[in-house]
Amino acid sequence: MRLEARPQPSVAMSIASPVIAVAITVVLGTLLFALLGKDPVRGLMVFFYEPIRSGYALSELAVKATPLILCALGLAVCYRSNIWNIGAEGQLLLGAIAGGGVALLATTATGGWIVVAILAAGAVGGMAWAGITALLRDRFNANEILVSLMLVYVAEMFLSYLVYGPWKDPKGFNFPQTQMFPASTQVPLLVTGTRLHLGFLIALAAVAAVWIFMFRTMAGFQLLVGGLAPLAARYAGFSSRKALWTTLLLSGGVAGIAGALEAAGPLGQLTPHVSPGYGFTAIIVAFVGRLHPCGIVLAALLLSMFIIGGEFAQSRLGLPRSLTGVFQGLLLFSLLACDTLIHFRIIWARRLAWNR
Amino acid sequence: MPVEPSVISRLALRGIRKAYPAVVANDAVDLTVMPGEIHAVLGENGAGKSTLMKIIYGVVMPDAGEIRWNGNVVKVRSPHEARAMGIAMVFQHFSLFDTLTVAENVWLGLDRSLSLIEVSARIRAKAAEYGQDIDPLRPVHTLSVGGRQRVEIVRALLTDPRLLILDEPTSVLTPQAVEKLFVTLRQLAQTGCSILYISHKLDEIRALCHRCTVLRGGKLAGVVDPTVESTASLSRLMIGAEPHRIEHRTANQGPVALAVKTLSVARLDQFGVALDDINLHVHAGEVVGIAGVSGNGQQELLAILSGEDPRALPQAVQLFGSPIGNLGPRARRARGLYFVPEERLGRGAVPTLGLAHNMLLTRQDGGAVRAAGWIDLRRIREMADHVIARFNVKAGGHHAAARSLSGGNLQKFIVGREIDADPKVFIVAQPTWGVDVGAAAQIRNELLRLRDMGCALLIVSEELDELFEITDRLHVIAQGRLSPSMRTSKATTQQVGEWMSGLWSTEEPIHAA
Repeated sequence: MRLEARPQPSVAMSIASPVIAVAITVVLGTLLFALLGKDPVRGLMVFFYEPIRSGYALSELAVKATPLILCALGLAVCYRSNIWNIGAEGQLLLGAIAGGGVALLATTATGGWIVVAILAAGAVGGMAWAGITALLRDRFNANEILVSLMLVYVAEMFLSYLVYGPWKDPKGFNFPQTQMFPASTQVPLLVTGTRLHLGFLIALAAVAAVWIFMFRTMAGFQLLVGGLAPLAARYAGFSSRKALWTTLLLSGGVAGIAGALEAAGPLGQLTPHVSPGYGFTAIIVAFVGRLHPCGIVLAALLLSMFIIGGEFAQSRLGLPRSLTGVFQGLLLFSLLACDTLIHFRIIWARRLAWNR
Repeated sequence: MPVEPSVISRLALRGIRKAYPAVVANDAVDLTVMPGEIHAVLGENGAGKSTLMKIIYGVVMPDAGEIRWNGNVVKVRSPHEARAMGIAMVFQHFSLFDTLTVAENVWLGLDRSLSLIEVSARIRAKAAEYGQDIDPLRPVHTLSVGGRQRVEIVRALLTDPRLLILDEPTSVLTPQAVEKLFVTLRQLAQTGCSILYISHKLDEIRALCHRCTVLRGGKLAGVVDPTVESTASLSRLMIGAEPHRIEHRTANQGPVALAVKTLSVARLDQFGVALDDINLHVHAGEVVGIAGVSGNGQQELLAILSGEDPRALPQAVQLFGSPIGNLGPRARRARGLYFVPEERLGRGAVPTLGLAHNMLLTRQDGGAVRAAGWIDLRRIREMADHVIARFNVKAGGHHAAARSLSGGNLQKFIVGREIDADPKVFIVAQPTWGVDVGAAAQIRNELLRLRDMGCALLIVSEELDELFEITDRLHVIAQGRLSPSMRTSKATTQQVGEWMSGLWSTEEPIHAA
């Protein structure tokens, strides 16, 4: 068996690929539930119906989708430029730390402008963290995949140090958490009675902004060319250094804003568990969304469904929460398999003579 | 060599057909090769020569048709089976590992398990048989291109082939090396080995081959005796029409537009070439050519001239007297220096992007990019449409992806895109490489028209005929050094060939033009 490149990959299939991948994930999920001895129908309900059954459920879906959209947008810009930043999680955490730090300075009397300061600090924090990756790649040609990934763990340790140490709430019964931020720092809610906050609209605005940047401006075009054909970019005179810095600072910035929004939004304090892995899930979101801003919105909602579904599976079916990760993995695997088969076909060839 | 009709053919193809989704590469193609015959397969790029050879060598299976080998019907399912039958092939692009020695490379290609010492001995023996000088212990990267080709051929000969296929073997050789190759091939044919010689160079085919099968558009255009045909009649058979003649006018020269002064640049890597004290100037209204065997520093020099390689000292490259050696490609374009690279897909154009967006690579002028970097889509589409119409590019409109164009049409688009910018200095690498005869004539005419309008042109090409046709002065590059220039009208193939080997006397005065 071997793979042979198809002469002309189907455009329709390329767009349908994520849908097919979701279908395969559902089938495999059904099998999985059956093997675990759970009613597959209930299992699927928990993942695919519970998260959208009511208005409140939908608002929670949007709350979880917000950081996913923001992180995935930045990653999509990176990946289209051939910069393999996989450290959005770390950049998000630094955004949460920087934003949280500003929030801790506020008092109940502080004006609403503090939210802007928190988000700005978050963006700067994320950019600084991504900037380390850019600097090491630019200066020492260090591999950005490894550097950005390893900085995630540094960021996690840094957050833990702060909430176990200097920023620990003195009246918090020794729990590793900061004190609750003053109400003035709360990101404005969109619908009362839910946790849906302004961040969702910010994320949608970012979708539009990134679309315009990538497909209508010269700066975005230079990044695209750098990713599609590096030699053509060099021939045209588009700087690869500029592309490196632009993409990493942009993706770090949006991931940082996502982190600050989490801290000053639904959480209202810093704990070691600011993020359930949004930055990593966003990698899947970016690819399932075909690295396209509009696709990312849909993919983020889907993956957000998996996160919520995983929580339900734990509380209602007594299944481990890691089921979320399993579903994410199944989806990514199915998607990659679909993509491979769109570009290649399998040839069941007789063993060639020289293989004997 | 006379071929007796009673002798069974070495190889006979009947009614071969191979269709790809977009194109029928071979349709009802017949080919007969007799023992000891040197048989040319002639055709333009895209005529189906490569597909036919891949079918013979077992890389591709035909959709229909019959292959007979020594009179028996066979199916060639893989290159391994082809080699087992006695078919050997030397590809246009060599498959040698640079860091290994000659013997190690040959050893890797052999199926049987011999020791490296035995292989070395066989290489020496085979090379001696053909009067060639090959040191089995030399690392391949120290060999010239001609030397590498000799290794490829000896590797093929070690399998004692009954049919040797050579794909465009002379495109990398100096005229003198071509002569040496022909001697080897004639000697090989004497032993009864058949040779399939794939080429688009008419005079070589007429000098070497006994018979010639001509393909056009995937179909058989004729089987002729090249020794009695004229170059014109072969060309008619190949393209179905007489090529345009180029009208060469004398140059009307202006001041020096582009000057390179004592340029020396270290090589970038082990396999690169260092540039050594290069001096060059091109006047407005003049075409200067640089001949040379590929891999002698052309790429390095072009990268320095285009600005892709910014390592030159500012003074080393001058445009109308001002230093530009440290400027990037965009800054150079802004000053009127435009460049067409050798690789079209992936460098001159982004394969997956449409032609309109490919305009943007080098053309941010003419309202294409507005304030704040906003791309005016309507404007770039208009610009692309204009180039498509003006240069007669066959494409499915400005949306067509660059990779959907044929090589010739993409080259017309890229050259057209740059000419459309009204360059003051225009540097072109391999202007008609892989381009069909009609498009090549059109491109050369456009280049000469540009010259007549006062542009300074520098053409780097491996096709000597082309340089003789369109240049006013000629340099030769060899091992990173540039020869003095000679007037093209006074140059001979003989002299250029010698210079290609790096043999020019340094005392020779540089002819001021």
